[in-house]
Amino acid sequence: MKQLWVFIKKESKHIFRDSRTLGVLFLMPLAQILIFGYVISTEIKDARIGVYNKANDYTSHQVTERLISSGYFKVVAYFSNKAEMETSLRRGNIQMAVVFPGDFGNLMQSSDGAPLQLVADASEANTAQMLVNYAQGIVNRYGWEKTGDIDQTTLPIQIDVRMFYNPSLKGVFMSVPGIMAMILILVSAMMTSISITREKEFGSMEVLLISPLKPWQIIVGKVAPYVLLSFVNAATILLVGILIFEVPMNGSWLLLGFINLIYILLSLSLGIFISTVANSQMVAMFISLFALMLPTILLSGFIYPIENMPDPLQWLSLLMPPRWYIQSVKDVMFKGAGFFVVWKELLIMISFLSAFMILSVKNFKIRLE
Amino acid sequence: MVSVTNLTKTYGSVNALNGVNVQVKESELFGVIGPDGAGKSTLFRIILSLLLPDSGEVEVWGFDPVKDYRKIRQMVGYMPGKFSLYEDLSVEENLGFFATVFGTTIKENYHLIKDIYQQIEPFKTRPAGKLSGGMKQKLALSCALIHKPKLLVLDEPTTGVDAVSRSEFWEMLQKLKKQGITILVSTPYMDEASLCDRVALIQKGKILDVAAPSEVVAGFDGKLFGVSGGNMYHLINACKSFEGVESVFPFGEELHLTFKDRDDHSEALMEFLRGKGFDKLNIRLIRPNIEDRFMSLMSSESFHE
Repeated sequence: MKQLWVFIKKESKHIFRDSRTLGVLFLMPLAQILIFGYVISTEIKDARIGVYNKANDYTSHQVTERLISSGYFKVVAYFSNKAEMETSLRRGNIQMAVVFPGDFGNLMQSSDGAPLQLVADASEANTAQMLVNYAQGIVNRYGWEKTGDIDQTTLPIQIDVRMFYNPSLKGVFMSVPGIMAMILILVSAMMTSISITREKEFGSMEVLLISPLKPWQIIVGKVAPYVLLSFVNAATILLVGILIFEVPMNGSWLLLGFINLIYILLSLSLGIFISTVANSQMVAMFISLFALMLPTILLSGFIYPIENMPDPLQWLSLLMPPRWYIQSVKDVMFKGAGFFVVWKELLIMISFLSAFMILSVKNFKIRLE
Repeated sequence: MVSVTNLTKTYGSVNALNGVNVQVKESELFGVIGPDGAGKSTLFRIILSLLLPDSGEVEVWGFDPVKDYRKIRQMVGYMPGKFSLYEDLSVEENLGFFATVFGTTIKENYHLIKDIYQQIEPFKTRPAGKLSGGMKQKLALSCALIHKPKLLVLDEPTTGVDAVSRSEFWEMLQKLKKQGITILVSTPYMDEASLCDRVALIQKGKILDVAAPSEVVAGFDGKLFGVSGGNMYHLINACKSFEGVESVFPFGEELHLTFKDRDDHSEALMEFLRGKGFDKLNIRLIRPNIEDRFMSLMSSESFHE
């Protein structure tokens, strides 16, 4: 045990004395989240909308007036038929269209409420979602005022949202779990695989092999400091996401921490596995980058929605550990899901973890060849 | 206490070791002498259980490096050819790390490394990467010794080290030998061979000779001449063109030369060379050293092939 402890201490010294790498490790997540966060802007002002008013009555005009006076929207076009509206949307002249059905005012008095359609250009998914949310809020408030429903229990106006061009809508909130998935797998897998292959390159692995250290002690000693480091990284991203970008956190912190722990261990075990097949730091880095980072970005649902992928890629994405991580983090953070909702994802990640651990220990060479 | 019998090892199509037989006795300073790529490191790594042999028997105090590798790893100290300590850790941290990993403390075996470690102790807070070559060597030796190994294996410990540090290093090995540690050391420097109790001359994976340094030299039969004077390159070519010359090697300021019948034909050679325009010639009978023996063994070896 003393040997393991001295090994962990030695490993931590390597990390903390390399101030440049350490700086990159801590600043990279911060930079990433800020870049992703600001590129996907959350501010709406004077958004271009069009109105297709089939009713042309007092109520519909009032609703339109409310949207304009909010300051968020600017009506740039009025349409007389559906084709005009669609052309305008497609050309990007407007970002959202509001469609009033005929007899809108009277329908509002009925028990079912009046239907109102919001059609948004979802090729810019996040903007579209935002516009729709804002418009919904304004319209609902108007409805409650009109019917005198202070408790806001009914919906006098039934809003029907249509997303054009990108119906699945992935965006802002998606990016926080996605960035976490990417950073953690990068830091954990790449850094451990590099630090193990560095010993091979420097020849110190020869001396470690000759020593009474057992393979598992070398592996655990290598990995332990990175568990802590990765946890700090995860916390940084989460805090920035929640404090600056107001990403919702509706679930249990404990569960979120547990999910992160499993994912970090999984990434570390991947790193160890890589180091057992790579003989130089360079090879280890390339395997980590190409075999881990690209699939994480492309196939995990971080940037491209899984539902939109061709079937073979969807099957492939089942094998991507980050997919399950992102899924469970989203469930916990946004939906406030508990353990019994995400147990499946956790189980899948734990299976990956055990598989890589077993492979690594089996693959760890007690000799030089 | 280390016995190697008929050991072979190939990497792809390269025969790294080709039927090697070596016996190392207890408390012996045993040298393995040979040029780069002769198979010295491979031999050591097999003995240390770091590589698996293709065929042949190895025994280290009765243990087999293939089956009982754990036992062997507990009783050996190893200093690889490359400096393989942690350059970002200080001298003290490196030594402490290896002491603990090998299940001991610096205090417990300080007497073993005292002579060596005292020389680098003033720099104990300095990162190992910032030490000079000689000091790195001393630190590496301290780390290899700290757990009091029965067998100390040193792979080219003096390569890249200045002459003063080299002779100091060999003095230390003599002291360690007196403490009962068996030492297996390799070197490409022939002059270091005479400092060993016994040496094995190795070339292309084959052992050419195993004997005490004096016996190795005694194995040189015939007469050896030193030829000097004039441009070395032209002199070598001129000597080679003389019928009856067997071998000519440059050796410092002289050429070392033998005749085919190993007898004295220096007068005839002198005449021949004068005829070629060399006038400040000096030819003298000299005592062969280990390198001469090695060279002659090597040339006869390639002659047989």
